[in-house]
Amino acid sequence: MLYLYACWTNPDIMRGIGKYFIFLGNLFIKREPLKTYMKQILDECIKVGIDSLVIVTIVSTFIGAVTCIQTAYNLVSPLIPRYVISLVVRDMTLLELAPTITAIVFAGKVGSNIASELGTMKISEQVDALEVMGINSVSFLGLPKIIACLIMYPMLVILAGFLAILGGYLAGTITGVVTPQDYIYGIRADFLEFNVSFALIKSFVFAFLVSSISSFKGYYTKGGALEVGQSSTSAVTNSCIAILVADYLLAELLI
Amino acid sequence: MIEFNNVKKSFDGKAVLHGIDGAFEPGRTNLIIGTSGTGKSVLLKCMVGLLEPDEGTVLYDGRNFTHATRNVRRNIRRDIGMLFQGAALFDSQTVEQNVMFPLNILTEMPKDEKLDRVNFVLKRVGLENVNSKMPSEISGGMKKRVGIARAIVNNSRYLYCDEPNSGLDPMTAILIDNLIKEITEEFNITTVVVTHDMNSVMEIGDYIIYMYRGRKLWEGDSTEILGTSVPELRAFIYSNKLIQALKEGENS
Repeated sequence: MLYLYACWTNPDIMRGIGKYFIFLGNLFIKREPLKTYMKQILDECIKVGIDSLVIVTIVSTFIGAVTCIQTAYNLVSPLIPRYVISLVVRDMTLLELAPTITAIVFAGKVGSNIASELGTMKISEQVDALEVMGINSVSFLGLPKIIACLIMYPMLVILAGFLAILGGYLAGTITGVVTPQDYIYGIRADFLEFNVSFALIKSFVFAFLVSSISSFKGYYTKGGALEVGQSSTSAVTNSCIAILVADYLLAELLI
Repeated sequence: MIEFNNVKKSFDGKAVLHGIDGAFEPGRTNLIIGTSGTGKSVLLKCMVGLLEPDEGTVLYDGRNFTHATRNVRRNIRRDIGMLFQGAALFDSQTVEQNVMFPLNILTEMPKDEKLDRVNFVLKRVGLENVNSKMPSEISGGMKKRVGIARAIVNNSRYLYCDEPNSGLDPMTAILIDNLIKEITEEFNITTVVVTHDMNSVMEIGDYIIYMYRGRKLWEGDSTEILGTSVPELRAFIYSNKLIQALKEGENS
């Protein structure tokens, strides 16, 4: 709320937001035919998705494991059945951890990469070279990255959800805080299918925010190597803020 | 032919171009010269549309570029090739992919034909067997040649070169200058070179504009420039010790 108020009262932030929406408009105006982007989209899918597998696997498995152990630590009452531990792990994973924490990691890895790549292209006149050829550089450089993120990020979220629940299972059963039977029972108990849809809706929104904000920050880099670094940092911080604001708004609207 | 009339540009209220006029004809190497910070690159960027002039017009063979619709401007731009100061090759692509890039995006040519055209222009700029190299694996002079090859691969009618000699040794600089001149004459291109290198001026300057503090102070060709009476231009020319020595030798 404070952030929204600050935006409303600060003309620079409002100008930046306006520029961001003009940037989004330019992504679709006078773009090249979509077939032109096919190879780029495939290349970006590999960079965005396949190259993020290791970090997403590590983060989500450990987050699931930690959630399981900490939930068990807090459930001190003997009246609460042990399967509640895995029920909590499942719902926390689907509702928050898989889409949101992965999005923060995604912003750090992919967002900074997009911003620094476009920033370097900008300062080394590669973007000007595209413009001189009569190519809409905003669309040519930004659209394949955004489409690739929209394709790959939901898949990463599905993988992260599965691995977090698996991480919780491994941590819970190895340490003995929950039996395998209880854990599996808890995972199946009171399951709401909408939670999966909610996680996927969030994943599309977060993918769009991270990729578009990072492309925007990279594309408008001016100066030299120092400014490329600043754009990259700014892309990650702005993406994280946008993710958290969108997370709150989606929770208000959809749950 | 490229014409520009009364081109004015300012940044944050500070005027950089004070109404420049001129015309560049095809088949000639047209030079814009002047000291650093005098507005040469700003004029060049206004001409190719990377900056919008505050006033004035730029015409390409009579077609108004400055006030054109997005589509018309896009069509004119497809006739323009540009060699940037740092060559601006795409880092993630090989030499061949860089040169083929305009053909891939702007034409429907079959792949074999595109490859033939790429090999032809690479050979024309004196580069062979470098197709699979990345830009980081070739020298500065080779990068400039690849940049020229990319600029002319689509049969461009207008070629812009922004300081083509910067960062090159004198011999390579002369090779690049000569290459630009040869290509201009061979393909009847309208070439505009922005430079502050007097060697280039004497080597390839068919038509020269001298700019000083955002104004055009002198125009002529390389045979006339040494005899100029414009004090600012004389100071610019004779800051080069070699030309100074040549002039002294001529006088004695």
